[in-house]
Amino acid sequence: MAKVLVVTSGKGGVGKTTSTAALGAALAQAGENVVVVDFDVGLRNLDLVMGAERRVVYDMINVIQGDARLAQALIRDKRIDNLSLLPASQTRDKDALTDVGVASIIEQLRQKFDWIICDSPAGIEKGAMMAMRYADVAVVVTNPEVSSVRDSDRIIGMLDSKTLKAERDERIEKHLLLTRYDAGRAARGEMLKTEDVLEILSIPLLGIVPESVDVLNASNLGSPITLNNPTSAAAKAYFDAARRLRGEQLDVVVPIEKKGLMGRLFGRRVA
Amino acid sequence: MNIGGMNLLSLFRRQRTAPVARERLQVLLAHERMAAGHSELLNVLREEILAVIAKHVTVDRDKVNIKLDRGPDVSILEIDVEMPAILPKVRAQGAGAAAA
Repeated sequence: MAKVLVVTSGKGGVGKTTSTAALGAALAQAGENVVVVDFDVGLRNLDLVMGAERRVVYDMINVIQGDARLAQALIRDKRIDNLSLLPASQTRDKDALTDVGVASIIEQLRQKFDWIICDSPAGIEKGAMMAMRYADVAVVVTNPEVSSVRDSDRIIGMLDSKTLKAERDERIEKHLLLTRYDAGRAARGEMLKTEDVLEILSIPLLGIVPESVDVLNASNLGSPITLNNPTSAAAKAYFDAARRLRGEQLDVVVPIEKKGLMGRLFGRRVA
Repeated sequence: MNIGGMNLLSLFRRQRTAPVARERLQVLLAHERMAAGHSELLNVLREEILAVIAKHVTVDRDKVNIKLDRGPDVSILEIDVEMPAILPKVRAQGAGAAAA
């Protein structure tokens, strides 16, 4: 049965879009039929991170308003056959995302795909609410930093009250994805520890993605990191997260600082 | 000194800030979660109280004021309803404020 997954956070810049692309690609690489859906109407970016920005003709709002069929708006990935993208509109505003329209699109996508991954915009406005509305599973992307943890707490509260599942008294499955994790800073007590974040938010951990130049490089090239650099530590974290989403039981590996003596002495300056 | 020198100095007076972050978050979130619970509870109470009153009298929604003051031991729910001046059928119920 198809699963609708929302990638959300409240706070901006924590890695929602990067994680949507990476998790979507990782699930597709595992053989699942995946669509990634951009809900950030007016500020779309998933197309860019996926490397499909020049292939956008129709978007979700065109489909909602009946100007295009869903099949016309879907963009199939050039690298993996079983990965598609439904872009957001760049010119409309978020009010164009009607509840009825989103419900209908999600229902149609459920017929075609195994996983529907909704990339939420930052904030708690309509776009974010619509992205989470029909979700079965939520991935809460959090940085080990006070403002991100606070916003994640708020979003978890909304997942438990504003989603269709919550309104029907069903349980929405929630996972924490800790991103931009810096092992060195954590070791020096400068950054919230994984245990701290887990204790405060009290939802299960899906993975820890280290802060890494590989992630930035993948975005620069318009390729999800699991495709662009599959052996990197960040890609490994996303592959493992995808396996957990598919139901596998795996221990989460906490990244450790891999630096030589010189790195230890001089690494701090650039960090 | 230059920046390199500053870094060398800071090595000796480095403080661990993560525990402070943790404490602050725990206090703040305990507070915010309670507040979020409140507003939900208050909305439900408001609607149900309005529905009960509406069975007997017509009241202006804006004239109904519901407040919840949470104290350490007891909380006080204050319901303030302004009714129309003449109540032909429901004189027994009385008008004005009620507190629970």
